[in-house]
Amino acid sequence: MKDRAEIILWAGHRLSALLLAPLVLIHLATMIIAIQGGLSAEEVLSRTKGSVLWAGFYGVFVVAASVHGAIGLRTVVQEKLAWRGGSLDFATAAVCAGLIYLGLRAVAGVVT
Amino acid sequence: MGRRDSVNDTLEVSIWRGGDDGRFQAYRVPRRECPTVLDVVTWVQRNVAPTLAYRFACRVGMCGSCAMTINGRPRWTCRTHVSKVARGGKLRIGPLSNLPVIRDLACDMTPFFEKWQAAKGRFVPAEPGRSGFAPISPASPRRQEIDAAIECINCGVCYAACDVVADNPDYLGPAALNRAWTLVEDERDGGNRERLAAIARAGGCGSCHTNQRCTALCPVGLNPTASIAGLKRTVLGALLRGAL
Amino acid sequence: MRLSTEDDSQYWAAAVQRVSGVVLALFLPVHFWVLGLALEEEQALDGFFRWADQPSVKIAEAGLVVLLAVHLMGGVRLLMIELLPWRDWQKRLVSVSGAFAAAAGVAFLVNAF
Repeated sequence: MKDRAEIILWAGHRLSALLLAPLVLIHLATMIIAIQGGLSAEEVLSRTKGSVLWAGFYGVFVVAASVHGAIGLRTVVQEKLAWRGGSLDFATAAVCAGLIYLGLRAVAGVVT
Repeated sequence: MGRRDSVNDTLEVSIWRGGDDGRFQAYRVPRRECPTVLDVVTWVQRNVAPTLAYRFACRVGMCGSCAMTINGRPRWTCRTHVSKVARGGKLRIGPLSNLPVIRDLACDMTPFFEKWQAAKGRFVPAEPGRSGFAPISPASPRRQEIDAAIECINCGVCYAACDVVADNPDYLGPAALNRAWTLVEDERDGGNRERLAAIARAGGCGSCHTNQRCTALCPVGLNPTASIAGLKRTVLGALLRGAL
Repeated sequence: MRLSTEDDSQYWAAAVQRVSGVVLALFLPVHFWVLGLALEEEQALDGFFRWADQPSVKIAEAGLVVLLAVHLMGGVRLLMIELLPWRDWQKRLVSVSGAFAAAAGVAFLVNAF
């Protein structure tokens, strides 16, 4: 299993990327439309509160982005800071978990 | 030709002397006598620095022995014209990067070939007891896939060019992975179980970031990036099928 | 005759992909935290939006939009290289990524001001 750990992380990074591609496209379009006439909490929240669609969309988005970002950062840190081994793996998992927590908390904030 | 540097000029050449902890030393070389960078190195060794260590063999761009770092890029010195690389009459020549230095411009290719073996770049016959040739049609898709890749002569330029090789000591490198790909696609080979496991480990094909320095600089015009992409697809398929 | 292509565009595309990825990854927790302000009261989120209404912040946001767009298209390019059989026109995707990112940034700025 340990021998396959690196390729599993690679696969997770690419598969999360495949999932993120359409989500990011939608997010970019949403932002460009939403910024028209300025942003207000009322305008944003009136659309998101109680919406199962936005909850689902952003929920998936948060998990995919957190996995993708954590694995990506791990590679950069390994190569540029020469940090390797169990402590890096632990830090990666912590970053991933932290991002998922903060992200889902934010989703809960705008949807409930 | 209207150039500022005429063929009567002198080249200001910096050449690496010593081991890994050596330094660049300056030499002045008559440009007229040295059309290629290999000529420059040879002139210095013959006329100024008899102890200068460097490698070459064919001198005509076939063997890959004369690979060195010229102005920061790995190239074959016999195929690099001074006029193309000496800006302002200056040249900086060092041994290939990412490999230990034996002395001066000669590097130790041992780690390069150790990674070749680690990537299982060795043919394993699928039918060891077979008599007669195993025919491979030149038109078969798998043979076409590796048509360029099999021409690799292990000169080490791609290995020296790769940022990931520099940053990740585990990374097998473009040449070893390119070779592994030629065997993965060789119908006569039966060693893919071990080979795919070998290139799926830390430092395997997943470490390639597709920055394509290998492809940009390969003197034979090969595309290790495409070979490594082929390995990635094959490994991903095996992983998803539970065959890895 | 030189067989090496000496094409550096792919190298710089990879560098942009890495830098944009790191910046976005560092921005993400900040983004999540700001949106989490909605958990408190609307005023907290509104307070942030009011602060963000200044030109310098909008330009910074446009910068983030450009980074996200370039990372998206660069990523699509990489997925095509890695998961599809090799095609020579993949190189053109580098300039397509740049153009797409610039367009996204401009579209954002136009709507923001």
